[in-house]
Amino acid sequence: MQADLNIILPEIVISVYAIAALLFTAYTGRDRMAGMLLWLTAALFAAMALWIGTTGQGTRTAFGGMFNDDGFARFAKVVILLSAAAVMVMGQEYMMRRKILRFEYPVLIALSAVGMMLMVSAGDLMALYMGLELQSLALYVVASLRRDSAKSTEAGLKYFVLGALSSGLLLYGASLTYGYAGTTLFSGIIDAAEGQAPIGLLIGLVFVLSGLAFKVSAVPFHMWTPDVYEGAPTPITAFFATAPKVAAMALFARVVHDAFGGVVGDWQQVLAVLSVLSMFLGAVAAIGQTDIKRLMAYSSIAHMGYALMGLAAGTAFGVQAMLIYMSIYVTMNVGTFAFILSMERDGQPITEIASLNNYSRAHPARALAMLILMFSLAGVPPLLGFFGKLYVLRAAYEGGLAWLAVAGVIASVIGAFYYLRIVYYMYFGEEREPLETSRSPVQWSFLMVSAALMLLGIINMFGVEGMAQAAAATLVN
Amino acid sequence: MIGLEHYLTVAAALFVIGIFGLFLNRKNVIILLMSIELMLLSVNINLVAFSSFLGDLVGQVFTLFVLTVAAAEAAIGLAILVCFFRNRGTIAVEDVNVMKG
Repeated sequence: MQADLNIILPEIVISVYAIAALLFTAYTGRDRMAGMLLWLTAALFAAMALWIGTTGQGTRTAFGGMFNDDGFARFAKVVILLSAAAVMVMGQEYMMRRKILRFEYPVLIALSAVGMMLMVSAGDLMALYMGLELQSLALYVVASLRRDSAKSTEAGLKYFVLGALSSGLLLYGASLTYGYAGTTLFSGIIDAAEGQAPIGLLIGLVFVLSGLAFKVSAVPFHMWTPDVYEGAPTPITAFFATAPKVAAMALFARVVHDAFGGVVGDWQQVLAVLSVLSMFLGAVAAIGQTDIKRLMAYSSIAHMGYALMGLAAGTAFGVQAMLIYMSIYVTMNVGTFAFILSMERDGQPITEIASLNNYSRAHPARALAMLILMFSLAGVPPLLGFFGKLYVLRAAYEGGLAWLAVAGVIASVIGAFYYLRIVYYMYFGEEREPLETSRSPVQWSFLMVSAALMLLGIINMFGVEGMAQAAAATLVN
Repeated sequence: MIGLEHYLTVAAALFVIGIFGLFLNRKNVIILLMSIELMLLSVNINLVAFSSFLGDLVGQVFTLFVLTVAAAEAAIGLAILVCFFRNRGTIAVEDVNVMKG
């Protein structure tokens, strides 16, 4: 018992912190403490990431196999916690000035982080479901954090209804899997799902996969993404685009390899179809967008398609490629959203793409950083985004899915158009009412650091490659 | 004699009714919440039927978790709905349309 509790100590610390913070703020300062609480939460996340990243060793399981602490989970947790901390810190000034920084925000983010950590460590269908719901329920609330805005509450409502539908699908799949495998433990399911698996188990697998596809916003389960991204306040959109995506993708890998690793051929087709649809829809539908947050929603759909391509390969290298891709994607998105957060006119946030006209004349450094990030998102060599794509394409090719790799290249060429359009507006757009920029040094430094990473990372990727390889090896063997 | 397949059929029928309730309903958001509840409860029937068939208690434990989460989910859904109603003065599904898509 004591050993089990030691394994989940990081989760316990964050949960206790969230409850203590909730009680403390409810009794004392209320929203006046929110700014301080937000920095405290971010610091706690960073400390936990450091702790998990440096002290964790080997593979340990807790609670009879329900909770795994292995290299894969630790890699995902570090990425999740660091990106959540970064997104909270860079949105603080934006939320303060618009008076939407309530003390619930850091508490809810902390709770959703616990949910995400539980998701990536899940070794049982029940643990998977509880982690997923803890994360989702917190996210439904933060999506509608701006209670007085019709857009924000509508985003929350749409997210809630479609999210609950996806949980229902996942749960139905889980019940069938339990019935036909006779257990909810992943280690038991993998024994039942081997060779010629019973048809009930495969139906369960498909339901579970479609429930998870909702959470990563893969086509055809993507409908909520553009509306939620547009309606939610920008710092929260930035959060949606980073940590929860990593968690859902890691959970995807966990389920297909840990529980259904014996029937690779069966889920490979499903993932390949999800991947190709996401890449193309993300690339094509983004072209007509005028709102940069909606554009980022379609961009994230397309990127999820690429990450799924790595996973569809069904090999350890595929998982490694997916992890590398997600780390690069999160870094790019943090920088891009730092830029979007700083777009404003007369103190009001602006999200129109056309307002970027001639941006480079007034702010050359920011425009250059944004140019690097856009090129990297598009996958232009020699930036880091290109190497992420290269990894997943290679994984798909080596996994025997050459057609998928070819489709990925075509989709990335189509997708490059809308990223380059933003760059075009910034540098060659016609003269219009200029865009102001908030003077937040935090946002500025996140934008610059993220852009610099895209350039410097090409030397050795800061060792992420080796870490991802070790992480993937613990999952697939 | 009522066997496992009868329970599974009922659960599948309820689940499909829930999904159709979500997609075909054009009137009221409350009906969406009811459909979601129906889906979760059909899963519970499945889990309990399997649990009894397999002689394994895990399914019933799972059911208790699902029930708890369903209650939390309904609470959050209604809270968001109240906020939405305060802003828009309506809870008709066709009025959830400030953003296209």
